Amino acid sequence: MDALSSWFAILDATLRVSTPLILAAMAGLFSERSGIIDISLEGKMLAAAFAAGAMAAVSGSAWFALGAGIVVSVMLALLHGFACITHRGNQVVSGLAINILASGLTVVLGIAWFRRGGQTPTLSGDARFRPLELPFADALSGTPIVGPFYADVVSGHNVLVYTAFAVVALTSWIVYKTRFGLRLRAVGENPLAVDTAGLSVSRLRYGAVAICGVFAGIAGTYLSTAQNASFVREMTAGQGYIALAAVIFGKWRPLPAMLACLMFGFLDAVAIRLQGVELPYIGEVPVQAIQALPYILTVVLLAGFIGKAIAPKAIGVPFVKER
Amino acid sequence: MSINTASVPLPGWIEVLVIPVLNVLMALFFAGLIMLAIGVDPIEALGLMIRGALGDDYSLGYTLYYTTNFIFTGLAVAVAFHASLFNIGGEGQAYIGGLGVAVVFLLLDRYLPAILLVPIGIAAAGLFGAAWAFIPAWLQAYRGSHIVITTIMFNFIAASLMVYLLVNVLIQPGQMSPESRQFDPSGWMPSMKMALAPFGIDLVNTPLNLSLVVALICCVLVWLYIWRTRWGYELRTAGFSEPAARYAGIRPRGVIISAMCLSGALAGFVAVNEIMGVHHRLLLNFPAGYGFTGIAVALMGRNHPVGIVMASLLFGVLYQGGAELAFEIPTITREMVVAIQGLIILFCGALALMLRPWVVRVYLVIRPVGSLEREAA
Repeated sequence: MDALSSWFAILDATLRVSTPLILAAMAGLFSERSGIIDISLEGKMLAAAFAAGAMAAVSGSAWFALGAGIVVSVMLALLHGFACITHRGNQVVSGLAINILASGLTVVLGIAWFRRGGQTPTLSGDARFRPLELPFADALSGTPIVGPFYADVVSGHNVLVYTAFAVVALTSWIVYKTRFGLRLRAVGENPLAVDTAGLSVSRLRYGAVAICGVFAGIAGTYLSTAQNASFVREMTAGQGYIALAAVIFGKWRPLPAMLACLMFGFLDAVAIRLQGVELPYIGEVPVQAIQALPYILTVVLLAGFIGKAIAPKAIGVPFVKER
Repeated sequence: MSINTASVPLPGWIEVLVIPVLNVLMALFFAGLIMLAIGVDPIEALGLMIRGALGDDYSLGYTLYYTTNFIFTGLAVAVAFHASLFNIGGEGQAYIGGLGVAVVFLLLDRYLPAILLVPIGIAAAGLFGAAWAFIPAWLQAYRGSHIVITTIMFNFIAASLMVYLLVNVLIQPGQMSPESRQFDPSGWMPSMKMALAPFGIDLVNTPLNLSLVVALICCVLVWLYIWRTRWGYELRTAGFSEPAARYAGIRPRGVIISAMCLSGALAGFVAVNEIMGVHHRLLLNFPAGYGFTGIAVALMGRNHPVGIVMASLLFGVLYQGGAELAFEIPTITREMVVAIQGLIILFCGALALMLRPWVVRVYLVIRPVGSLEREAA
């Protein structure tokens, strides 16, 4: 292994670990842009990962699994909407409830249905999303740098990895170029103005949380049917919160949020390789320090020490029409 | 004709008693549905749980031991809530509180007598917990960072920090598992069995220790602080309306910091129960979700110490009863309790007002004749 191919291996790993973060960050972006705080990305991903893992094990089809993951995640998203939009409940409390509910329920149902200590049966064959070889990977292999880069880093991922990047483009387009996107941004900044313009604040926000549910569902499905071969209890392990941090880090904009996810994913990918390695001038960096870095960076950013992250103005405030 | 139910006043006992109880019943109803879905008879399960939690001295000891943790974290969340701050960081603050206890005991337990060591340990748990809450509080007060997000992040940072410290620094030399050495028994928080033995009361040995007394003292002190002192008045005023507080000469920044530090200290006291009282060594993940349960406890107890003690007791029953239930029925695991906890946070917190319109309609039908008019007059 020369230096180049080990770098390619790191980039390859970065893409794999960033995918669920990117999908979840786009999910969170829709919800937060509409004015609904979403700390329940974690719970939605976990529930979707379980639903997908269970469905894949039962049906043997990765696509059915994706459907199940999305349906369960959207249901939780609508529950969040029901509490926050219809009943004007506290958005943080509602999100937390969903996270805790998902954390308990996935294990309870997993043990009751599969009796494997909370795990779903190991998937193989069509029950998983398998790596795709992109065209021209062989043809380009002779070219220096570009060839191996294309073959090792770009090609050879499963369809959900490429979907994640398509979702970023789609999110960008929806948020900035469509009528719905304009209204979405408006409802997160000044819902009263949107209401005055004759639009339903509730309907827009329900739409946003539903889209959030779809993307979080894909993210969860990826965890149990693509990145791993089964659902494992607590398998999200804080990734929903990292995605939320990435949304903040990206200042609630799709492309920067994606870059933040890639950065957090890169940190994750190098953390394993840096274990026990002496870096010049710095010495050995504890793995835990690198693992905590996304959280520390987010705190520093929120404190306004590196740029200023300004949230949508109406975020967290239930809309009351009669005033 | 639809009426605006939100503006109909209800008698106090309905607001503080009937609606919360209905919310809890809703949560338990859905918990029952989950049990039915996995083929467990909910009524039988309920019976097993209650017997497993309150049936004898032994189970009662465990129930009260869990209750102690929930009182601490419930009070922590409630104090912050009164200043309209949402402290999700109880988990991390409890964890760092444990670090405080460990530092004191690892350095001093062979030199100081228990009479000094126990108070110093309690103070260290509170101080370290408060310090971990101080940073998010300062960032909220002076840099405008959202306290919910920063406290979440601080939970993760605390977890990473503690893993590092336990694996690399505090680990007992020659040991494989990341735990500190056991503290010298002289400074342990006395167990309830030991504490009550001189009075001729003979208890079975359970993790229950004198931390429960500390927790109840904290309840009284928090009540006094919030409702009977000037600082508590300032805290509630700032929580109710920041502009009004400012107008009245109260510094909202000072309130944010003092409320969060107090909250962090209370969360840190979980380490008094867990580390000084039960484990007698620092170990990984000892807060085990108690910080999050505190949110459910505070919501259920409506942020009042009396309500918090009652809610903590309920959660103590759930935890201990859930453990016994998992032992009796193989298809059920302890995670069932986590799911019930989620449902309680949902129905008592996020959907707290869902049932109110229905309660108002029922009240308007059955209310004593002329009661609204009397109130109006």
